Amino acid sequence: MDYFLQQLINGVTLGSIYGLIAIGYTMVYGIIGMINFAHGDIFMVGSFIALVLIVALGITAATPVLLLILALALVLVVAMALTAVWGWTVERVAYRPLRGSFRLAPLITAIGASIALQNFVQVSQGAKNKPLQPLFSGSFQLTDGGADGSGFIVNLSYIQILIVVTTVILMGGFTYIINNTNLGRSQRACEQDRKMASLLGVNVDRTISLTFVMGASLASVAGLMFLLYYGVIDFYIGFLAGVKAFTAAVLGGIGSLPGAMLGGLLIGLIETFWSGYFSVEYKDVAAFSILAIVLIFMPEGLLGQPEVEKV
Amino acid sequence: MQARQKDSLLVASVKDSLGGAIITFALACVMIGLRVDVASGRGAELFLEHRWLAVAAAVVIVFAGRFAMNVFFWKREDPPSLNLSGFLPKGGLSTGTSSVLKYALLGLAVVLPFALMFWLGARGSRQYIDLAILVLTYVMLGWGLNIVVGLAGLLDLGYVAFYAVGAYSYALLAHYFGFSFWICLPLAGILAAFWGIILGFPVLRLRGDYLAIVTLAFGEIIRVVLLNWYQFTGGPDGLSGIPRPSFFGLEFTRGEGGFASFFGLDYSSIHRIIFLYYLIFAMALFTNFVTMRLRRMPIGRAWEALREDEIACRALGINTTTTKLTAFALGAMFAGFAGSFFATRQGFISPESFTFLESAIILAIVVLGGLGSQIGVVIAAIVMIGGFEFFREFEEYRMLVFGMIMVVIMVWKPRGLISSRTPSVALSKNAKGISADLVQEGHG
Repeated sequence: MDYFLQQLINGVTLGSIYGLIAIGYTMVYGIIGMINFAHGDIFMVGSFIALVLIVALGITAATPVLLLILALALVLVVAMALTAVWGWTVERVAYRPLRGSFRLAPLITAIGASIALQNFVQVSQGAKNKPLQPLFSGSFQLTDGGADGSGFIVNLSYIQILIVVTTVILMGGFTYIINNTNLGRSQRACEQDRKMASLLGVNVDRTISLTFVMGASLASVAGLMFLLYYGVIDFYIGFLAGVKAFTAAVLGGIGSLPGAMLGGLLIGLIETFWSGYFSVEYKDVAAFSILAIVLIFMPEGLLGQPEVEKV
Repeated sequence: MQARQKDSLLVASVKDSLGGAIITFALACVMIGLRVDVASGRGAELFLEHRWLAVAAAVVIVFAGRFAMNVFFWKREDPPSLNLSGFLPKGGLSTGTSSVLKYALLGLAVVLPFALMFWLGARGSRQYIDLAILVLTYVMLGWGLNIVVGLAGLLDLGYVAFYAVGAYSYALLAHYFGFSFWICLPLAGILAAFWGIILGFPVLRLRGDYLAIVTLAFGEIIRVVLLNWYQFTGGPDGLSGIPRPSFFGLEFTRGEGGFASFFGLDYSSIHRIIFLYYLIFAMALFTNFVTMRLRRMPIGRAWEALREDEIACRALGINTTTTKLTAFALGAMFAGFAGSFFATRQGFISPESFTFLESAIILAIVVLGGLGSQIGVVIAAIVMIGGFEFFREFEEYRMLVFGMIMVVIMVWKPRGLISSRTPSVALSKNAKGISADLVQEGHG
């Protein structure tokens, strides 16, 4: 039971990271109907920007806690802004010229942008793994391992709390933006019918750009979380995380924001439990098999709307 | 109210270029200006390197470039027409030019090894023939994938899985049973086709992007299994010592009974390379021949009908299940052939060779060439793979350039380099090429 609890905690943490990335996929898919293959690499770029800023500001575990939190908040904000510029640029250069073109063209440019981003980071930051010393090392012990010390000690580390809390706050803010602001309204309008939205005075290009900007900044938050949680990044992390997050988005029902979060949590939990109880090597196989099974039996995902086939 | 005064050419250009420069600075300031590196020695200390000069250079280049473009092209009332598309025939190739190009390329491919030998000698030509083999392998894979994506309109992002199945089938059959290449080649094709059907079954109901993502997942699953099934596949170490093919029983070895001594030639390692070249050339031509024939058969027409409109297709009584499965199976079969060729050529295979990147490159070749166009695949393979190998000196930068080129070509010609199609069925005898804009891309 204790082991189960520990896996649950780890799974929710991992799921939050996937969920944050998945939102970028699901929003872009919802609004322009394309798989933004470069999104995983935007996440990776965000992670690298955060790493560079942390090293540049000289943040270490020795920094006083209050200062540490302030500095990390600063890193978060700057990384979100700069990653947003990357997301905007990718959209502007690789996707906007192909809007309204045939369906496979943006997919190929997305793959091209993904290859280019990966190799840009490899060239500019080097191919070596970048290990970061843990900034928060403490944790709460939820169980004490029994009187004789034979039980399993369940740890809830500060960093896990930080990740989950940040994710919840961001999700709240994000849901508010989508539901209650003009930007959110125009996004939903573009999602339903782009032509009609533009006839009614919504600036479609700007809305789409802002969608990419929002997706990229959430991905950079996920990047910072990933960096703090695992403590090591390289230029290749974007691919697997991206595919998993896309899986999460599809699992939850693509185009649906709560679906993306739910899908992220599920993928995180499946992966963690599979590694915990079966085998670590095949955790990706488990995640992908679940994806295939869900899609085959429920092609619209868990919370998505069924696609109506029109003649 | 007077309309807002329009900025003069110069002011507008400066404004726009400044915007570009600011964006460039935002992109570059952290990612280029600062580099995190790991200190060598004990402990993994991270330290920073500063490269502000590079950032300044990037900003200046972007500013100057945008400014020049603005002044001379974008913001002009009468931009001088620099018609890049003029280099390519308008609306694609007419059927005549296309067939001339086809025979020219075919002739070039036939004489290529000997021409290279003649010019560069056995030693100098080896790397170029090797490159030609690589290009032809991708041409074959592109033609195989063209059946699935170009003809049947099913978007497959896990094509490399079948390539891997073919390669591993041969390597494992040779490893465990000692089968030779010529027995394994058809077996590898059949096994890959079988996997094509197995993976095709569950995804029959899926459409478009869902199909793409599930095929991608299958590709990754096969790779992960190959990577972790250590006892059987050798895991990350791969399989080595895969036997080389023989020429009607003649091995390419030195001494008695070898190819060279049988024909009374001096032994040279180039013989095997040339043999491999003609082998993949024949296999690629076979792929093309089968595809072109199938296109004219009922099954090929069913594929194209499926691509154009699945519902209409079903309404006309075409069995979409078998149509999709045959497309998957045939595409997979050719990948299996190519895979076993890859295994015998390399003599060593590992899961490293079958990553998603390979799938992406093959798909890029098909789409860049012009979906459904056979000659387009050849041109795209030469441009992408040949160009890629050509820049071998710039090891670090070439993948970066490769990705950018993919974006640039696609933005420039979204329908691919060869964007005309000869209809498979036409009323008049002299069928004209039609623009690819009239061809659907399918919904999966």
